[in-house]
Amino acid sequence: MKRTVLLTSLAALIAGAAHAEGQLNIYNWGNYTSPEMIEKFEKEFDVKVTITDYDSNDTALAKLKAGGSGFDIVVPSGSYVPIFIAEGVLMKSNPNELENFKNVDPRWVDVEFDKGREYTVPWQWGTVGVSVNTGVYDGDIDTAAVVFDPPEELKGKINVIPEMIDVMNLAVHYMGGEQCTGDKDVLVKVRDKLVEAKPFWLSMAYGNIERLANEDIAASVNWNGASMRARLQNEDVKFGYPQTGYSIWMDNAGITSDAQNVDNAKLFLNFMMDPENAAMLSNFARYANGIKGSEAFMDEVMAVAPEINIPEGLQAAGYISKSCPPEVQKIYSQIWTELTK
Amino acid sequence: MSPIRTRAALLAPAMVILLFAAAGPLVIVLIYSFLTPGDYGGVIWDFSTDAWFGVLAERDFFTEELSWADAHLMVFWRSIKLSLMTAFLSLIIGFPTAYFIATRPRGSRDVWMLLIMIPFWTNLLIRTFAIMELIRNEGTINTVLIAMGLVTQPVQMLYTEFSLLVGMTYVYLPLMILPIYASMERIDFSLVEAGYDLYATRWQVLRRVIFPLVKPGVVAGSILVFVPCLGAYVTPRVLGGGKQLMLGNLIELQFGQLRNWPLGAALSLTLLVIVMVALIFYVRAAGNEESAHG
Repeated sequence: MKRTVLLTSLAALIAGAAHAEGQLNIYNWGNYTSPEMIEKFEKEFDVKVTITDYDSNDTALAKLKAGGSGFDIVVPSGSYVPIFIAEGVLMKSNPNELENFKNVDPRWVDVEFDKGREYTVPWQWGTVGVSVNTGVYDGDIDTAAVVFDPPEELKGKINVIPEMIDVMNLAVHYMGGEQCTGDKDVLVKVRDKLVEAKPFWLSMAYGNIERLANEDIAASVNWNGASMRARLQNEDVKFGYPQTGYSIWMDNAGITSDAQNVDNAKLFLNFMMDPENAAMLSNFARYANGIKGSEAFMDEVMAVAPEINIPEGLQAAGYISKSCPPEVQKIYSQIWTELTK
Repeated sequence: MSPIRTRAALLAPAMVILLFAAAGPLVIVLIYSFLTPGDYGGVIWDFSTDAWFGVLAERDFFTEELSWADAHLMVFWRSIKLSLMTAFLSLIIGFPTAYFIATRPRGSRDVWMLLIMIPFWTNLLIRTFAIMELIRNEGTINTVLIAMGLVTQPVQMLYTEFSLLVGMTYVYLPLMILPIYASMERIDFSLVEAGYDLYATRWQVLRRVIFPLVKPGVVAGSILVFVPCLGAYVTPRVLGGGKQLMLGNLIELQFGQLRNWPLGAALSLTLLVIVMVALIFYVRAAGNEESAHG
């Protein structure tokens, strides 16, 4: 009897696995993919989707470079797309020829990191600014000073995300330079400022949505979507756009060069450029998506969110982040080691 | 086939696996530490000693001045210091615990050991997050302290060296208790009674009778705690808040964001050297023990 049960369930398992038409393996940032959207895709195309997480572009790159990862789709940041292309891990799959590509906001078509979109399509985009608990500090928050020259109220309650390029560039702009600067006079000032500010920081860690919401920390260098998710749990958490300059990033979905399920991957890229599906993505992760017409399908809170809709007067301060040249990366590394030691 | 050749043939698969799985990766790490870092991670096959130079020294990007790599030295120092402190704390807690268990009736000892082992079998990440939940500002301990009126503001315990120490001691404590218990279990406790009969104080019995008998266990336990602490990665990352780097985190940084694989490889080998030195101490201590008895 036991044996029959075992055999039947085994058979059911095998049948279940063989049931889906095909497979699709997505390699993406953690807590970033809308489960609702994936479910819809699976139903519509009878494809079994598997999602694997990573926590940094470098991790993803290293894994893909090693080969044989089995991933079909990867979602690198814009600043890393040229690197991913140069290292040969992205396939030139011409997603610009897909039917739904017409929905991409023209602003995100001819981007510097993937001219004309021959490799990738927009996933989501956002900004790196500062989150502040305005119940703790009610001064001006549209400045990086809340982190680098913190007011008394915030000292010891600050978190800085351990993203070298984002934090370094925020500091470089704060000290009057441009992103990826090689100007050593600026860089010395940046180093001194960072080292001076570090004692006021509580931590340099990821995962600050909960910590901001339950007031373990009162300020953080942060992504806008994460800040919004914190605000939805604690309305005191506001997002500031540093006037000295803040970076705008975009994550982009592309097909890996050794993808096994290219057809399904193309189906997926086309699927997520449909405004309704792109909106599901945004409703989940709380970032804008770069697909025209998706606003109509977004939650009410997204349409009015100050984290998503950059205020008029602060739009000019944003810059699209790019990858820094190796010699600058080297100096950044030195300062970063000095800072995190 | 002669018995010797049969034996060699039977051993061969194991030897091959050992060679490839143990020595192979180490050789790759060693080779990588003498190469040039690629611009976007990985290595370029050009010989260079920069990585080894960079372990201990650095050139300031502004003044071009050569100096000790005090960032690395500080991380080394912190790792060694915290590992020693963890080993010591584990000993302070582990020794009485092992004594307690060893002096229970035979039947109930297994139950006590099981209580020690259950947390040890639990996933490391879960145990670390449990500690985090206890000591964070809104966590259990602070909530209780505030409710009792002992403090008005939460005590900042998370993201300090203290939290690393608590976390690592909790995680590695069983590795101290097990070997001490193993040697304590074999003690003939009539020796203790004999000591008392000869008017030894409790302290003297502990120091002159019990301790020499369990010393091998204490040494083994200290090494077993010290070594994994040196390379700890998860605990400092979760409880240290990224401001208290330990060697494991520094190495990860080189392979990740800083894109300097050769330096990462050189740092890994430096860690290995420190571990080897500790093990040599251990072998020496154990050796002395035997000659003393002999």
